[in-house]
Amino acid sequence: MSAPFTTVAGLAIPLPVANVDTDTIIRIEHLLDNGRAALREHGFAALRLRADGSEDPACALNQADLAHAPILVAGRNFGCGSSREHAVWALEVRGIRVVIAASFGDIFVNNCYQNGVLPVTLEAPQVDALLEEAQARRPLTVSLLEQRITTTDQRHFAFSIGPWQRQRLLSGGDDIALTLADRAAIDAWQRHDRGHRPWIWSAHS
Amino acid sequence: MKPSTLFDKLWRAHVVRELGDGWALLHIDRHLLHEMSGAPALTELMERGLPLRNPELTFATADHILSTAPGRRGDSYAPGAKLWRSLRTHCESLGIRHFDLDSGEQGIVHVIGPALGLTLPGATVVCGDSHTCTHGALGALAFGIGSTEIVHVLATQTLAQRKPRNMRLRFDGAPGTGVGAKDLILSAIGRYGADAGSDYAVEYAGDAISRMGMEARLTLCNLSIEFGAKYGFIAPDDTCIEWIAGRLHAPQGADFERAAAAWRQLRSDDDARFEREECIDASRVAPTITWGTSPEHAMPVDGVIPDPAHADAATAAAWRKALDYMALEPGRPIAGTPIDFVFIGSCTNSRLDDLRAAAAVVGGRKVAPRVEAWVVPGSAAVKRAAEAEGLASLFTAAGFQWREPGCSLCVAANGERVPAGARAVSTSNRNFVGRQGPGARTHLASPAMAAAAAIAGKIVDVRCSA
Repeated sequence: MSAPFTTVAGLAIPLPVANVDTDTIIRIEHLLDNGRAALREHGFAALRLRADGSEDPACALNQADLAHAPILVAGRNFGCGSSREHAVWALEVRGIRVVIAASFGDIFVNNCYQNGVLPVTLEAPQVDALLEEAQARRPLTVSLLEQRITTTDQRHFAFSIGPWQRQRLLSGGDDIALTLADRAAIDAWQRHDRGHRPWIWSAHS
Repeated sequence: MKPSTLFDKLWRAHVVRELGDGWALLHIDRHLLHEMSGAPALTELMERGLPLRNPELTFATADHILSTAPGRRGDSYAPGAKLWRSLRTHCESLGIRHFDLDSGEQGIVHVIGPALGLTLPGATVVCGDSHTCTHGALGALAFGIGSTEIVHVLATQTLAQRKPRNMRLRFDGAPGTGVGAKDLILSAIGRYGADAGSDYAVEYAGDAISRMGMEARLTLCNLSIEFGAKYGFIAPDDTCIEWIAGRLHAPQGADFERAAAAWRQLRSDDDARFEREECIDASRVAPTITWGTSPEHAMPVDGVIPDPAHADAATAAAWRKALDYMALEPGRPIAGTPIDFVFIGSCTNSRLDDLRAAAAVVGGRKVAPRVEAWVVPGSAAVKRAAEAEGLASLFTAAGFQWREPGCSLCVAANGERVPAGARAVSTSNRNFVGRQGPGARTHLASPAMAAAAAIAGKIVDVRCSA
């Protein structure tokens, strides 16, 4: 169940680091913690904290003016690694609704969609241009309706997203309810498959 | 009919409903659950009052947050006990076949799925774990999913997915001595990058793959996600079909023959189009090890640690950070680096062939003083077999710990950690910062390389480890 997504405007957190994996976004032991407060406390600890456990003031994720920034501009292959959806929840608890990068972990992308977070894939030079905006603390406006990101000096960066996925984000809501409404199609598929591939259906003995 | 890739055929065969713009609702043939992601999803399903649609296609085991200490029980690691109990209770009440600790078949989900004949060619297989791509070694369309997706599969036995592009990665030529599947795939990740497979389904092919045994293929496909690919697979051939025959939950007798006939049809058409094709000469790949904090930081063991001075600005910054974390100096040979820890295990390399390869390197020798070395078999069945053929006693005589099956030091969420600052050679799949424990330094390598490092007390070229 996710909240509808339309336009997100605000500052962006610059995080020009490649291959930020989901272990780095949230360590595995915090998956056993109760509640999402732990995700806020421990999110990005490997990047935010110095070896002695103190906050690194040079890390954008620690800077007060970005504490509620709704956009993250990241390096390539953001969200690679483990399938943990907690990585997206760790973004959500900071109020991040949009992540912009040149490439993403594919499982992370699906987890974003499940939670009403928009992953935007752009060419590397475009990501670099938006990174400059983020570093200069100039806000960005991300419009899902118009499928573009706009800078304060009115430069536009178009992004692509399929109509089905876009509609899902715009309306929010519950995928399971949608699929269950199509129960007859699943029933029919399985009826046919039982005759066609009986070996799939006989393992539970 | 237009020529198709195997991936496109498997995809089409599972479409329940086209959703437009590349998305489709796919039928899921096998849903594998483990205690860490599976138990909370089952709880959510029950709390939402949704029925489990197909218990007969759903299977469970415990692996992630269990102790692997000798004599362990499901609740030995207290923080994991609640989810272990929860999985057990849910499986009982919902009629899910559960390979629990007392079943004799417990193990890492990606080890037992194929070994029990649950994973079959042409099947869609999902699990709340990114290394589900492992099952692609049997020609399955297998992929890792998140928590919300798990609940969706439990309730509907389907999942909405966007079709990725097709890539074929060929390995041709005969790998040299000391070079196996782990070296081939690490070297590919090093060459093309940890996001090369992003938004691709990768079919592995070539004569080095055709000659490869099934356990090696499982290792190769396991690291697809480290290549950026959610799906990595190999078309089923006679090697694969013979390996499946007779497995506990595989079809038997005439049913098997009928299935095998269908499986033999599962291959890419000769003139199928792949959006990207790459080829690696397997004969030129050296035993491979990682030096940094991404699997793409892979290098031949006889090479020198890369120098950020020779990289572009962004890469150089990442390399400096990685070198700093790993406490390594650029320009020096990686061989000879002293180590503290060795871990042989994980869904990548904990099968019987892996343990045999490690044992062959150990021979009658001892683990170096001050090195802590663990062998964690991938399943109860692997453990029994290794004990029966004398591998376990060889390892313990050499000074290795011989432990109970589970994810152990690969995931380090079970009370088992490589100590901060310690340097480990591990047969697992991720060398991320802190992956094996906060401050732990991980070098990924094959079981043979890990065994050689344990004996020498330093990183060594397995070809020189006599």
